[in-house]
Amino acid sequence: MATMTAPGTTDQLTRSAVPARKSGRRSRKIRDNVTGYAFLIGAIFCFALFTWYPMIRGIIMSFQKTRRGVTTWVGWDNYTRIIADPSFWPAWRNTIYFTLLALIIGYAVPFFVAILLNELRHAKGYLRVLVYLPVMLPPASALFLFKFYAYDPSDAGLFNAILKALHLPTSQWMQSPDATMPAMVIASTWMNMGSAVLIYLASLQNIPGELYEAAELDGAGLWRRIWNVTIPQTKLILGLLAMMQIVATMQVFIEPLILANGAGTQDSATTVAYLIYQHGFYQNDLNGAAALGVITLLALAAFSGIYLRLTTRND
Amino acid sequence: MSAPQYRKAVAFALAAGLGLSLAACSTKSDDESTSADGKTIITVDCMPVGTEKELVANWNADVAAFEKANPDVQIKSVSVGTQCNNPPDFTARLAGGTTTDVFYGYMTDLQQVLDSGQAMDITPYLTDENVPTWKDVDPALKAVFTDGGKTYALPIKNYSMGLVYNKVLFQKAGLDPANPPKTWPEVRAAAKKIATAAPGVAGYAEYSAGNTGGWHFTAEIYSQGGQVLTEDGKKADFNNAMGKQVLQNLKDMRYTDNSMGSRQLLQWGDLLTNAAAGKVGMFVGAPDTTQQIVSQFKGKYEDWAVAPLPGQDGLAKATLGGGDGYFFKKGLTDAQVKAGLKWVAFQKLTVGKGQFDYPRAKPQNYPVGLPQPLLFAKGSETAKAEFDLRKANANVDPSIYTLFENQQLPIKGEPANAQAIYAVIDSAMSGVLTNPNANIDQLLKTAEDKVNQLIAAGS
Repeated sequence: MATMTAPGTTDQLTRSAVPARKSGRRSRKIRDNVTGYAFLIGAIFCFALFTWYPMIRGIIMSFQKTRRGVTTWVGWDNYTRIIADPSFWPAWRNTIYFTLLALIIGYAVPFFVAILLNELRHAKGYLRVLVYLPVMLPPASALFLFKFYAYDPSDAGLFNAILKALHLPTSQWMQSPDATMPAMVIASTWMNMGSAVLIYLASLQNIPGELYEAAELDGAGLWRRIWNVTIPQTKLILGLLAMMQIVATMQVFIEPLILANGAGTQDSATTVAYLIYQHGFYQNDLNGAAALGVITLLALAAFSGIYLRLTTRND
Repeated sequence: MSAPQYRKAVAFALAAGLGLSLAACSTKSDDESTSADGKTIITVDCMPVGTEKELVANWNADVAAFEKANPDVQIKSVSVGTQCNNPPDFTARLAGGTTTDVFYGYMTDLQQVLDSGQAMDITPYLTDENVPTWKDVDPALKAVFTDGGKTYALPIKNYSMGLVYNKVLFQKAGLDPANPPKTWPEVRAAAKKIATAAPGVAGYAEYSAGNTGGWHFTAEIYSQGGQVLTEDGKKADFNNAMGKQVLQNLKDMRYTDNSMGSRQLLQWGDLLTNAAAGKVGMFVGAPDTTQQIVSQFKGKYEDWAVAPLPGQDGLAKATLGGGDGYFFKKGLTDAQVKAGLKWVAFQKLTVGKGQFDYPRAKPQNYPVGLPQPLLFAKGSETAKAEFDLRKANANVDPSIYTLFENQQLPIKGEPANAQAIYAVIDSAMSGVLTNPNANIDQLLKTAEDKVNQLIAAGS
């Protein structure tokens, strides 16, 4: 509890002395870190130029309209127009579907691959390289491989040939509205898995071996060990990657652009990011594209906020 | 140097470097309008890309010849990759204000260019001195680039759609290449024969992605006598018997006859790549697609021929037409506009020069004899001169284009807000080409609602 002090006594003295000491410390701190700040300027400049400026410019543009070179403020017009776009809701539905599938497939698979690699006794290095290799391919090349060879809708396509050999029904892949999203997630997972596997592996190797030994002594099988030791020990990294996965997959663009030539069959591949591109660069509706960009930004910011709040509370 | 001094020096060097790089960013070398020796400088785009060595050499020779004839002008050529046939790239440059002084655009781009505020009214400069053949340019093409009585671009190419077909595959299927299909039912029958005779080949190929499906649907509904929008442009006008016929025909070929191959969702380059590889019997296209198949996709020129667009019961009622031209960036000096007009006139609108330099194209094996670009009014002096020079230097069998050339169908332009509408119709096209159970009525109704919504939203 704060104690009451008589005016004009020690309290006054303290008040006048503290700021002087603080400012002196601050300027010394600045002097000491001048090199650090100089390096920071570059990063701040790059962020400002390539991230913050376009973001602010986009927000301004979303409330404007340019006709005949004259820009006017139009309030919420671009927003109402973009929400009335017939592809608006299908694009959100597709994007959320992609994100959910990416959480089920693209998030879980790397974790289990990392566990498998961690458990292996032979050919460990070789398999790690093999898993990481796709990350080194340019995404466009990797996706073209899927588009022309793996997802060929004829029986000659790689995946169809495998399905046929196993006496399973073949698929039209990107030409089937039902298969479009899963096919896009499979390709995306294969392409991006390497980085996530590496992070998981590093995290797994930090788990003390004694925990597994104790679990084994208690008679825990593989699944029990994963559930009771691995997952709790890697909770932090699992949470971080889940959020990164959601933020990244909500902005999925290159997969529909290359694998589905844009919208796919009957809009089945149209994602929000592709719709922004379609409005901006095919329909010459840059203001509408900016409005959709702002909506996406708000949705992702809200999601990230909720997620951070939940995880902080749990911790 | 002591450690703190060293740190300060590093910090200053970094700050100075940053300042310099900022200064470098703000330098706009493109804004130069005159050179040190007093020449008028203009930048122009669509220089062929580096891999097309012969075309680059031709372009450079044209620049040299032009500069020799106009010693007070200096041309700065810019090659921007695929910008000249890639709408997203074009929009990005337009929005970013990074177009060249004289820049290429489609006929459908006029409103977009005007909206961006980048186009210059060139009407007062269209004199005999600046563009000697202007009086002979087809008035319909001039009108396409005119808005409110002001002209904003010089047309450089005009095309209309026909039926492009592979003569070798026709022969293989027992069809007569001199007598191609004239109606859509005949196209269907021919496609079936080709697909049967040559397994793995699409007897007929069609677009359904990247807005090209909607573009072809438009050509095909025009062939039936229909349209995409009502005359006043306020409503969709394709959810009717004609629109249904277009989709039904495609669905029948795709699933009843299996004559369209298995890979769908094709866009511009996909179809031409397949065609160049000998995997396509017929497709809807302009005569210059044969040139693209040869120059860009390494196909054989002699394999192809072009017929008029088929109709439903007889001759097509109309065909889709379009083309491109060169715009002038706002803010150019008088001297730059004049220099730009003279350059476009020299390279694109002068018989015997640039794109009409048939004596040069012939030994280089570029096809001479294509009926396009159709730039000059019928019966005009320039049209006659162009025809004579083309005939004298023809290196392709003229019969290839005779059918197309002799049957001049009425040409209808693209609808307003074409790209947005094409994007919607792509969905209906992909529906019938990828789903054997597609409900055509439903597809048309959905597309109609979407187009009406787009028009109502005023985008």
